[in-house]
Amino acid sequence: MVDSALVLKGQTIAYTCYTVVIMLVMAWFALRITRPGKSKVNPALFYTFVGFLTVLGVSLHIITYNTIPWSEMDLKRHEITPDQSFAIDVANHEFILPEEKMVIEVGQIVEFDVTSKDLTYGFGLFREDNTMLFQMQVVPGHRNDILWKFLKPGLYTIRSTEYSGPKGIAMIEENAVEVVEP
Amino acid sequence: MSFVNTLMKGEQGLFKAESLTAMQKLTLRFVVVGLVYYLFVVVEGMIMRIVEVEQIDMISQEQFFAILTAHPLVGIFGSTYAIVMGAFLFLVPYLMKKPLYSMKLAHWNFFLIAGGTFIFWLAGFISHYAPLYTLYWPLPADFTQFNPVGGAFFILGIALVMVGSIFFVINIFKTIAYTPEGWEKQPGAKLLGSAIGTVGFGNLLRKKEKRKEHLVSLPVAAIARGTVDMALNAGIILFTGLLILTYMVAAILGYDLKDTAVDALLYKNWFWWGLDLIADGLVLIFVAGTWYLLATMITGKKLFMQNIARAALLLELVVSWTVWSHHLLADQAQPAILKVVSGEMVTAFELITQGLAFFITLATLWAARPLKMTNELKFLLGGLLGFALAVPAGIMQADVGLNRVLHNTQWIIGPHVHVAILVGLTMTLYAAIYLLLPILTNGAKLYSQKLANLHFWLHLFGGIGMGAFMGMAGLKGMLRRTLYFNGEYDLYMILALVCGALLLIAFLLFFINIVMTVGLEGLIGIFKPVKNKNKDLVPAE
Repeated sequence: MVDSALVLKGQTIAYTCYTVVIMLVMAWFALRITRPGKSKVNPALFYTFVGFLTVLGVSLHIITYNTIPWSEMDLKRHEITPDQSFAIDVANHEFILPEEKMVIEVGQIVEFDVTSKDLTYGFGLFREDNTMLFQMQVVPGHRNDILWKFLKPGLYTIRSTEYSGPKGIAMIEENAVEVVEP
Repeated sequence: MSFVNTLMKGEQGLFKAESLTAMQKLTLRFVVVGLVYYLFVVVEGMIMRIVEVEQIDMISQEQFFAILTAHPLVGIFGSTYAIVMGAFLFLVPYLMKKPLYSMKLAHWNFFLIAGGTFIFWLAGFISHYAPLYTLYWPLPADFTQFNPVGGAFFILGIALVMVGSIFFVINIFKTIAYTPEGWEKQPGAKLLGSAIGTVGFGNLLRKKEKRKEHLVSLPVAAIARGTVDMALNAGIILFTGLLILTYMVAAILGYDLKDTAVDALLYKNWFWWGLDLIADGLVLIFVAGTWYLLATMITGKKLFMQNIARAALLLELVVSWTVWSHHLLADQAQPAILKVVSGEMVTAFELITQGLAFFITLATLWAARPLKMTNELKFLLGGLLGFALAVPAGIMQADVGLNRVLHNTQWIIGPHVHVAILVGLTMTLYAAIYLLLPILTNGAKLYSQKLANLHFWLHLFGGIGMGAFMGMAGLKGMLRRTLYFNGEYDLYMILALVCGALLLIAFLLFFINIVMTVGLEGLIGIFKPVKNKNKDLVPAE
């Protein structure tokens, strides 16, 4: 499985290239429309552009579905048996973690089943450099479960990723998850 | 003219407030109030940017989140709604060459937007009511954190804005359909059909020779279709406000209603359905319509592919009713079918509809080259660039895979939301203001072109830069709607703060330029009662 940091790196490169190109195109356009010259716009160019956008819009999701491994795992998670499962409750702006430390072996598929007893919260795992591994919403009265395959050893911090009032900013469990080599 | 004289009387003394019609005054009042609320929003944004870097004693954490709650609402309702409503209440009659249906309704519209915004802002400022604009259930009714009295005033302010919005909706549709006194009977139903798009849709099914003509112009059709979303949105927000108010009144009277009576996920779905009618509905439709209007007024030419543009506006309206689920991609209980169909696939249509509007506007401009680089043209190009940057950023995050690592990070609020609003939407509005200024002021002359140029560049760099640095922080894991205390993202936040300062300076330069254009006497005159109460849009020759 590809690490989520790598996915974000790919996205950063793609989006940065796009922003540079579109800014250059607009600068070129702004310069050219102030000068005389050929002004007819061929409708074929318009239809080609529409076709390109359609292909781009549809293919983005097909590509990500086939290259980002957790997409398929997430949509089909009820058909997958996890290697480990952790039940976590949230109430009064506090995570109530399992009594034993959550230790996971590299390569394991793990289920986090998080239940809110009061408000809507978020549940995210963060690396030691503060980058995000993944997150989900935690909605009261509903099942909030996620599967994740851990690829790298390390300590991961749990943090609420949804605003739940000013008290919510303290919802951080430092190094609550440890991933070790098998 | 001396500086002081220009400050008092305006550039060359050309602006005479007493020459304005009632309609011109009302539109200018909307614009001035919208700009003042924009200043509120920029200052609030700067305060929050400073707190993101360094906690300051003056701003408690409760105050910070109250500002965070009011900030987008003041921006959308107090600023954008006010400017857009003012402009459209003038433009619909102007384009249809008939008087506005009701000046009385328009005045109430103005007071409710301006007053409602001030009430919810003040309630948040004093009571620190801070459930954010998302109002995720049951947070707005969590009275262990928030005072129900402060909350009730906050919700009351929002409700007044929504009532004002409904008055706007009525006035727009009535203006399109009604028959002014002394006029020949107007085909009201047909005019409405043309405006909303049923005529255009029917034409798709008719043979070429039996197709009906469009009775309203394309910009009026865009305004009408965006107004449909405004009506639906006002209904949803009013209903939700009433629900929250019920819990508040009960708490004030000493009763504790069970918040589990409301399903949090169902609530989240209906509320996002309504909220998204603004973000992915009326904003995009109004912006596309404004681009078309600006392009045709700047060039004096017909719009490129105007039948397709009209059809795309109808498609955008339908798309706006079905995309809300992209806000719930991180909700695991949300049905997968909704995530994929509404959240991903239908949302991707926005790339097409907005891309069409982008291309059509550029092609219309291109067909008229060479063009003079006027203020309205350069701000229009800035607005187009803003959406060209922000829409693809939004499409990327509306993906089941990418959303898992982007949701609620600074990426969402930076390259997508702030670039869309500050660069895309606001620069489009500035283009409209620069274009309409001579029409609304009966020929006032802009005080300084240098200030207008500085306004453009500082706003463009400030807006794009702020979005970029927020986005970089988001990709490094920085969440929105929270605070960090160990300097984790200080570098990005300081750079975003510098860009925010550019935006503030840009606005102040623009404001000075406008004040020097109309003069302080003229500015005050806009708010003085109008002598001539007839329904003329501009003074008779």
